[in-house]
Amino acid sequence: MIELILTDRCTNCGACVEVCPTNVLDPSTSGPPVPARIEDCQTCFMCELYCAADAIYVAPDCDRRVTVSPDDVIASGRLGQYRRHSGWDEWADQFPNNQWLMELVFRRAGEAATKPAGTEQNSIP
Amino acid sequence: MASSLLEPLSIKTDVLIVGGGMAGAWAATAAAKAGASVILAEKGYCGTSGVTAAAGPGHWWVPPDPPEARAAAVSNRIAAGLGLGEADWMHRILDQTWRTLPTLASHYKFGVDDEGRVNYRAVRGPEYMRALRQFVLSHGVMILDQSPVIELLARDDGSIGGARGLRRQQGGRLYEVETGAVVLAAGGTSFLSHLLGSRTNTGDGYLLAAEAGAEMSGMEFTAAYTIAPAHSTMTRSMAYSFASYYDADGRELDLPFGPDQTQRLARALLRGPVYCSLHKLPEDIKARLHTISPNVPLVFDRWSVDPYRGRFEVTLHNDGTIRGIGGVRVIDADCATSVPGLFVAGDNASREKVAGAISGGGNVNSAWALSSGVFAGKAAARLARGVRGGPARLQPLGQAGLRPRRQRKAIDLTAVQAGVRAEMHPYDKNLFRDGTALAASRRSLDDLWTELTDHALHDNIALREAAALVATARWSVSTSIRRTESRGMHHRKDYPAPDPNFAVRLLSGGFDRVWVAADQASVRVDELEATP
Repeated sequence: MIELILTDRCTNCGACVEVCPTNVLDPSTSGPPVPARIEDCQTCFMCELYCAADAIYVAPDCDRRVTVSPDDVIASGRLGQYRRHSGWDEWADQFPNNQWLMELVFRRAGEAATKPAGTEQNSIP
Repeated sequence: MASSLLEPLSIKTDVLIVGGGMAGAWAATAAAKAGASVILAEKGYCGTSGVTAAAGPGHWWVPPDPPEARAAAVSNRIAAGLGLGEADWMHRILDQTWRTLPTLASHYKFGVDDEGRVNYRAVRGPEYMRALRQFVLSHGVMILDQSPVIELLARDDGSIGGARGLRRQQGGRLYEVETGAVVLAAGGTSFLSHLLGSRTNTGDGYLLAAEAGAEMSGMEFTAAYTIAPAHSTMTRSMAYSFASYYDADGRELDLPFGPDQTQRLARALLRGPVYCSLHKLPEDIKARLHTISPNVPLVFDRWSVDPYRGRFEVTLHNDGTIRGIGGVRVIDADCATSVPGLFVAGDNASREKVAGAISGGGNVNSAWALSSGVFAGKAAARLARGVRGGPARLQPLGQAGLRPRRQRKAIDLTAVQAGVRAEMHPYDKNLFRDGTALAASRRSLDDLWTELTDHALHDNIALREAAALVATARWSVSTSIRRTESRGMHHRKDYPAPDPNFAVRLLSGGFDRVWVAADQASVRVDELEATP
């Protein structure tokens, strides 16, 4: 669930409020948006993708709240990780969209499953 | 959220699309291309809402040349569908997907493989839906985000002439759309499991259609489940095709990659916790996993779990009608329903005709979402041209959760949600079924339905979602009771073999009294005899 919006980084652009599929956030006049309905958060990470300021941290835990320290999250380099690896915005040239490999992985798994153990190939044919 | 005292917003348009996921976006574009004015109303945000946005759909994709390739793909699918699929529908969606998906190249950068070839079939969810939103807007469609539809509106002759909803980021302001035709593309439901991106998919479109008089088909096929790390929503299964599994004592479990892996895993989970290692994933894929599915490694990184050296606990989340098959019955090639003016697309519609009795998986379901969206959008535009005229007198059709039959009182929504989960999620109820347990589920769900319809207050989205969830669960359980055999994803412990007499689709519907009946149009002697 969404556990953190860093006040220092948030530019109050309102994008996370607008794009949240489950309408978790309310805008605030005095700071970052407020997760007013966090129980509705579906842990989809979409707010992170749409946060150009990399100010949001979503914990992977969908059925329990966890305590997250802003200092730890900043130090971990995880802020903006999803947007970066997705090649969004300024990262477009550095991280290619390799989604096309998916079917190949399934095909190789199918082939490996029908072969005797120890003969799996570890490279793209 | 309750409705506000603000003046309701009143809009007129040719075509209204309910739902802004993949099917709704393609439907909106098709209707606009056909010359209609189009409004798309989405409960959340068109671009992030729905199960496509957080996933990575690979469309069913077979080039037209050589012609034998499609014939072979369809013939395999017909056999796998165990008598419930239809070859002509499969050919239609293969062809429509092939012709339509590349038109998104103006807004989506399709991937290029290591040999430099453009790959159209596999798209990444967030980018795909972001592109589809821009594509929809570029065709002049008006999008109403954060605007759940509460109920449909009917003309005097029973045909659908509009819908009513509320704008939840504008103080709950009500809106009313008068329209020539409506396309329901509001998705399926996971019955509130933690399937990635499915929290808003509460079966709203099934409820709306049924209140208008449409039937469901294939609602017994809700027993699809997808693996995820325990306590996470990450139901992205690619990496698990190379997974190894262990019980609590560290003994490796025999769960080979293949069609019955989910059932084997569910049986193991019924015995105790199951742990997983991805060490067998080929090294070149490990190195690129973050650029194939960037959200998959997020979970491991943030929990400081090394999935290649360590082990992590896994679970199965219910896919309900999402990777399941059931939905509103489609009556013709336009994706019309039996209600004039009402069309369905995507998971809002039954996918039996293209998937048969097994899951359509990502491939067939995505091709269906795109193609049914195009068919429904085009047909809705054509119909709307014929009904332009003076203002219609429109009757609201919403019942459960809107207009209580007895005295209004507060409903414990958490208890209703828990009640639906308790019948639809457990592996020993919905995956491994038997008549006694199904009958008990039906009684529990009937009680929830009575409570909701007797007492629920009006104009509350959460109540309408609850009504949709309970209604859908009841259709599913009743149809499962009726199908006294095992076929595809429907497993009856008390009827473990297929019965040739059941090589037919089952329709369902009704509210206070749920009914189930064979779809006479699906009874085909030739396929019936071919069923193993």
